[in-house]
Amino acid sequence: MNKIKNLADLKKLQSEVQSKIKLREKGDSPEQLVQIKVSMATCGIASGAKETMNFLIEELDHQGIDAVVTQTGCMGYCYAEPTIELTIPGQLPVVYGFVSKHKAQEIIEKHIKLNELVDGIIPVAYSTIDNK
Amino acid sequence: MAEYNMHILVCGGTGCKASQSELIKSNFKNRLNEFGLSDEIQVVLTGCFGFCEKGPIVKILPDNTFYTQVTPEDVSEIVNEHIIKGRKVERLLYRDPETNELVGDSKGMDFYKKQIRIALRNCGFINPENIEEYIGRDGYAALGTCLSEKTPDEVIEMIKDSGLRGRGGGGFPTGLKWQLTRKSVSDQKYVVCNADEGDPGAFMDRSILEGDPHSVLEAMAICGYCIGADKGLVYIRAEYPLAIERLKIAINQAREYGLLGDDILGTGFNFDVEIRYGAGAFVCGEETALIHSMEGKRGEPTVKPPFPAEKGYNGKPTNVNNVETFANIPVIINKGAEWFASIGTEKSKGTKVFALAGKINNVGLIEVPMGITLREIIYDIGGGIKDGREFKAVQTGGPSGGCLTKSFLDTPIDYDNLVAAGSMMGSGGMIVLDNTDCMVAIAKFYLEFTLDESCGKCTPCRIGNKRLHEILEKITDGNGKVEDLDRLRLLSNVIKDTSLCGLGQTSPNPVLSTLDHFYDEYLAHVTTASCPAGQCKALMHYSIDPDKCTGCTLCFRNCPVGAISGERRAPHYIDQSLCIKCGVCVAKCKFDAVLIG
Repeated sequence: MNKIKNLADLKKLQSEVQSKIKLREKGDSPEQLVQIKVSMATCGIASGAKETMNFLIEELDHQGIDAVVTQTGCMGYCYAEPTIELTIPGQLPVVYGFVSKHKAQEIIEKHIKLNELVDGIIPVAYSTIDNK
Repeated sequence: MAEYNMHILVCGGTGCKASQSELIKSNFKNRLNEFGLSDEIQVVLTGCFGFCEKGPIVKILPDNTFYTQVTPEDVSEIVNEHIIKGRKVERLLYRDPETNELVGDSKGMDFYKKQIRIALRNCGFINPENIEEYIGRDGYAALGTCLSEKTPDEVIEMIKDSGLRGRGGGGFPTGLKWQLTRKSVSDQKYVVCNADEGDPGAFMDRSILEGDPHSVLEAMAICGYCIGADKGLVYIRAEYPLAIERLKIAINQAREYGLLGDDILGTGFNFDVEIRYGAGAFVCGEETALIHSMEGKRGEPTVKPPFPAEKGYNGKPTNVNNVETFANIPVIINKGAEWFASIGTEKSKGTKVFALAGKINNVGLIEVPMGITLREIIYDIGGGIKDGREFKAVQTGGPSGGCLTKSFLDTPIDYDNLVAAGSMMGSGGMIVLDNTDCMVAIAKFYLEFTLDESCGKCTPCRIGNKRLHEILEKITDGNGKVEDLDRLRLLSNVIKDTSLCGLGQTSPNPVLSTLDHFYDEYLAHVTTASCPAGQCKALMHYSIDPDKCTGCTLCFRNCPVGAISGERRAPHYIDQSLCIKCGVCVAKCKFDAVLIG
């Protein structure tokens, strides 16, 4: 490691390493961030959920959008894998099916950035203990 | 560099480490390796989370899941269920003791709701052995700002405006201390960090050094810049091996990155830090004794003045601050004096770290704003008294402090209110007592401690405390008289007035404070030879209620000295001449037939 020569160098290093722990800071205020849950059970992974998730993480990071991307279990829409659940702060969660990389890109561009719904939403056809 | 999708934070504080948290960490790594996930999920050993009661702690981010009492065997379940399938492992989640509901998110825990973490900002968040994580959290930015953009006087002014007071116990204004040392003229000055934490039950400084050592180093360098010193010394007790280890790593990393050493950040400012080990003597927390100990002399205090600010280490001006005080400095510089001064009460600004111990549900480390009430600390954060017993008092300030009773539950806690209540802030140990704790025995316990730790230099402390202890012993043995209570008070006041250093001047405080608040309890010991809390064994008398005893012979069979006799199915009785008052019969009896009086 080269020595840090001046304040500008320190600031530069700071912004480089900040991304390493940014995820932990996000954990402090998840309700104010865009949250995406990627369904990653056997069916999801087999249909490419892993690629979708990696794409989402990289693309959101690339575009500088603060979001929390986590994986979750099977949502039951095995016919429509990969599925993701997207929650914009203050809005109800929306589930998308058949989310390929291409679809993911569209969701980021339209839904996350412009707040326009995109085709492919799976309507809520069940009740949970929370909303019953 | 690879970005991680998920971070697993494993507590690496001394408490959790003792419960195999290192093995938990390596199990996580191995398990993730098996699934080929080691590039996507980072496992980090952090500093203390503070929730030591339920350690080892594992926190998973970004979803903020807080697992308690994790064993190395639980790791595969967490990986299989949570990491792979996204289902939280419910049996390891924290359960709210009142509502009995599972709390999946650490922010939903009462323990954290009322805390403001400034000194502990990075504890349980970063890897203390990695300087880059510290830098990513604004680390060394305060030092950079000070060196490049501020004059020493401006920085001192800022610290003064913030209202920060010494966190080691005395509460001396930190900015003023720095200014005094700055004014002293000398070719060499020193910055000393007092990490000689000696109060029984206190572990704030250790946790900060273990969890965030760089914050202390950065603050010491800032202090060096302000007072004109190029050398810093950390005086730490050798019985803190983990803190020493992490501090050493931190010093080496800071040197490697050019944040300690010569020409820091190209500003021409030189500063380096060395470690000095103490043998763990309580009196060495007193600054003059600490300085003598560092010089290789006997750890004995000397009369002030001269203050260390004029003549300290090697006869040179020295600024001594406590670990927690230093840990606040970088935040004050980064966020501003007004921000810091907006937290707390009129005369005590900011936060204070307390180590909660004793008969409380959530034993651990907390950081709360000044002015919080004892009730909030004990019932909201601490989760109330163990086993639903009744709160009796809380001991603050260690062997130099006193007890706060029920009537102080709603008093806002700050330096001045605690002194007014007959105790003191001290370094921040809080020992909670319930109605089974005898206050005379508590006073005796603290006096035993001072007795051991008195350096013996001055007579009042060396001999006075010995006599005090003898009187207390007499009282707890049931041989005390009412006059003894007056003698206790008189002797205490003499010791307070005539001792050389802070240790002797404050050592009778536990006696005086318990005499003030629990005089009845003392009186019961000397007049009726009984201990209301049922703790002084010599004063207890065990007997069996013949009406309740069924003659099950359980007590007879378990009595270690054969003091119980009786026929089967007939009431038993205890031979007082043989009874050693061990209490086994009480614990064993299923019919509450053993009476204690």
